[in-house]
Amino acid sequence: MDLALQVRDLTVRYGGFTALDHIQLDLEQHTTLGLVGESGSGKSTLARVIAGLIAPDEGQILLGSQELRKKRSREQHKKIQMIFQNPDASLNPKHSIRQILSEALLFHRIVDRSQVETRSKELLSRVQLEARSLDKYPHEFSGGQRQRIAIARALSVEPSLLIADEPTSALDVSVQRSVLELFHTLKAELNLTVLFISHDLGVIHAVSDTVAVMRQGKLVEINTKDQFFVRPEHEYSRELLSAVPKMPQ
Amino acid sequence: MTTTTPDIQLPEGKKQVNGLRRIWNTPSLLIGIIMFAVLILLALFIPYLSPYHPTEQNLSAFLQPPSSTHWLGTDQLGRDLFTRLIYAARTDLTIMVLAEIIPFCTGVLLGMLSGYYGKWTDRIIALITDTFIAFPFYLIVIIVAFASGAGERGIYITFILVGWIVFARVVRGLSASFREQEWVASAQTLGLPGSRIILRHLLPNVLPQAVVVLMTDMVGLLVAIVTLGYLGIGIAPPTPDWGTMISDGQPFITTAWWLSAVPGFAVVYTGIALSLLGDGLADIWRKK
Amino acid sequence: MSTEPVLEVESLTLAAKSKEILVNNISFSLARGESLGLVGESGSGKSLTLRAILGLLPRGVEQTGGAVRSKVSSAMVFQDPRGALDPLCPVVKQLAEVVYYRQQVSRRAARTIALELLERLGLPDSLRKKDRYPSQLSGGQCQRVVIALALACKPGILLCDEPTTALDVTVQRQIIDTITSLQHELGFAMVFVTHNLAIAANLCSRLYVMKQGQIVEHGETLSLLQHPADPYTQMLIDSVLPLPELELEGSRQ
Repeated sequence: MDLALQVRDLTVRYGGFTALDHIQLDLEQHTTLGLVGESGSGKSTLARVIAGLIAPDEGQILLGSQELRKKRSREQHKKIQMIFQNPDASLNPKHSIRQILSEALLFHRIVDRSQVETRSKELLSRVQLEARSLDKYPHEFSGGQRQRIAIARALSVEPSLLIADEPTSALDVSVQRSVLELFHTLKAELNLTVLFISHDLGVIHAVSDTVAVMRQGKLVEINTKDQFFVRPEHEYSRELLSAVPKMPQ
Repeated sequence: MTTTTPDIQLPEGKKQVNGLRRIWNTPSLLIGIIMFAVLILLALFIPYLSPYHPTEQNLSAFLQPPSSTHWLGTDQLGRDLFTRLIYAARTDLTIMVLAEIIPFCTGVLLGMLSGYYGKWTDRIIALITDTFIAFPFYLIVIIVAFASGAGERGIYITFILVGWIVFARVVRGLSASFREQEWVASAQTLGLPGSRIILRHLLPNVLPQAVVVLMTDMVGLLVAIVTLGYLGIGIAPPTPDWGTMISDGQPFITTAWWLSAVPGFAVVYTGIALSLLGDGLADIWRKK
Repeated sequence: MSTEPVLEVESLTLAAKSKEILVNNISFSLARGESLGLVGESGSGKSLTLRAILGLLPRGVEQTGGAVRSKVSSAMVFQDPRGALDPLCPVVKQLAEVVYYRQQVSRRAARTIALELLERLGLPDSLRKKDRYPSQLSGGQCQRVVIALALACKPGILLCDEPTTALDVTVQRQIIDTITSLQHELGFAMVFVTHNLAIAANLCSRLYVMKQGQIVEHGETLSLLQHPADPYTQMLIDSVLPLPELELEGSRQ
């Protein structure tokens, strides 16, 4: 299997606080890596470093065989896209959906100007939204719909790696379910490589092939999904798993 | 591309309330617009409305009380007060608007740069703002007015020097908070350059608040223009200006009080109109 | 139920000022020491119901019908523990203040009772020597203080509004365990509001499923979960994503 992403010895410090402590992580192509951890574990920081939003203090990131440096090329930017947690803040409130999608499409020259409309509609239908949504503004949509639009924007530039940082945590359970189903469909259709971050082990179980656990800036365990949920190696993983409230039998 | 049928219905509940209706539902804005429009229309059409010329003296008819020929009476040189009042509005409002253009643009731009980039950009801009804030505004105006000679030039220069600060401060705060929002992070993840994020993404979001600040700032500027005119270092006579009109009327305050009171009232009227406009706009944009 | 109920909610209807009905004609009763779960998504009216019981409806919402009858006092635990604490007042002082006013004891006794309560809730012993501000405590510790504040009122009913939603999963587990053991010890009745059916099922003997201001289904927890009649209940059940059984640790040691 080819590696889509390699994280080598990545360290991020904020003053005296070490947010990421020598992280080593490989991500195989066309798989989903579920990254779990409690608040403050550094999982979001890791996502932002990989997306190029935070510059690391040490270590390197390889996308395929290319090293991602502090200053990324347009092509490298295009290859990694991210979906964020808060559906209220993930879309520019002053831009229509048409503007949001066409900006991404045109900036990375995915299609000609003449085809932008067609492609935008295709993207919307891919995330199961109606074509007439195009001329609406973010505040006219529900949280789940906004999250779908954010997914459409991320997919519009045809990235090779999609980072999803708690994309369903702020949604109602019924909506969460439909967004997870959407992820499932898209993953199969588009052969995506996904880094999926969540504090919710149920969600991680539903989407991941591999699971990584972070705690206080360190990666404590990486394991296949089947191993992790039944025979976790680290004491902390076990603690996390046994804390999940279960349905009475 | 495969297409799945759209199965998610859009909510029909949230109707887009159209602009006119929103204005109608915001009384402060409506009153502000009407008050300001009356002033502007008068200023625009005064040459057709009044048979008099603002600087034309008529010494045979000086200090007349209000009458049907002279609605607000005449001043000590026999000039029609109403005509002068409205011509003065032309002078003062034009200077007010022109003097705000450059500070508004630089202030908004510097504020966005400072808030978006943070770090050393922010520190340098903060240093400049703090330096200028250390000097009282009127001190700078008076020094510049003396240096450049009386007239509107002093006001323009001073305002280009210090007028941007208020916009920069407000916009900086807004931009710094938007910067933490995820839609900015999304734009960064797309690889958009900073200039584009600032102009296409931040600008439309900070502009409403900046315009509200502009309205209140204009009130302050108008008062400054009038004050300088009153002190004799603003607009040079015989060009009509509310400040010189107030000071010219002062010797006759016991006999013809309206000579000073009417231009004073005009300043208050304009101030209220602009404040209502600012308040109303803020209301509308907050509701959205 | 043989015993007299401590709380009766009878055809409670709540509406917004715009006449929009937010909670529509709901009824339930709560026996002494019983735990009842109100389960639903956002907008279901579950939190409003709780606030109506407490008598603290948010501005713009009014009770347009029905009645809430209760013979005992109730106290509430909120979702956001930091928001529920005064950030400028150290926690022991905050708690002692509540004890002083609600239990009518001397200042000195109030402080002793407060410290005992905090200890019982598993807060560090160091608070005895040095009081701390809410910002110096973790989210889980803050929530324990909030629970202590509620218990300081010696409530007959503890109202919990998603008290563990903002917390990490391990902390959530600890808080749930704490609430359960305190309930055994002190015998208060509880209304627990959550969107997570698994948590409600762990804590409550009876569940009421709410959707858009109405109760769509209710019943004994186990039978409700095993034979849900309403598709909405089924959806909530399905939304608790299943995890495989953990293998026992013994195999490794």
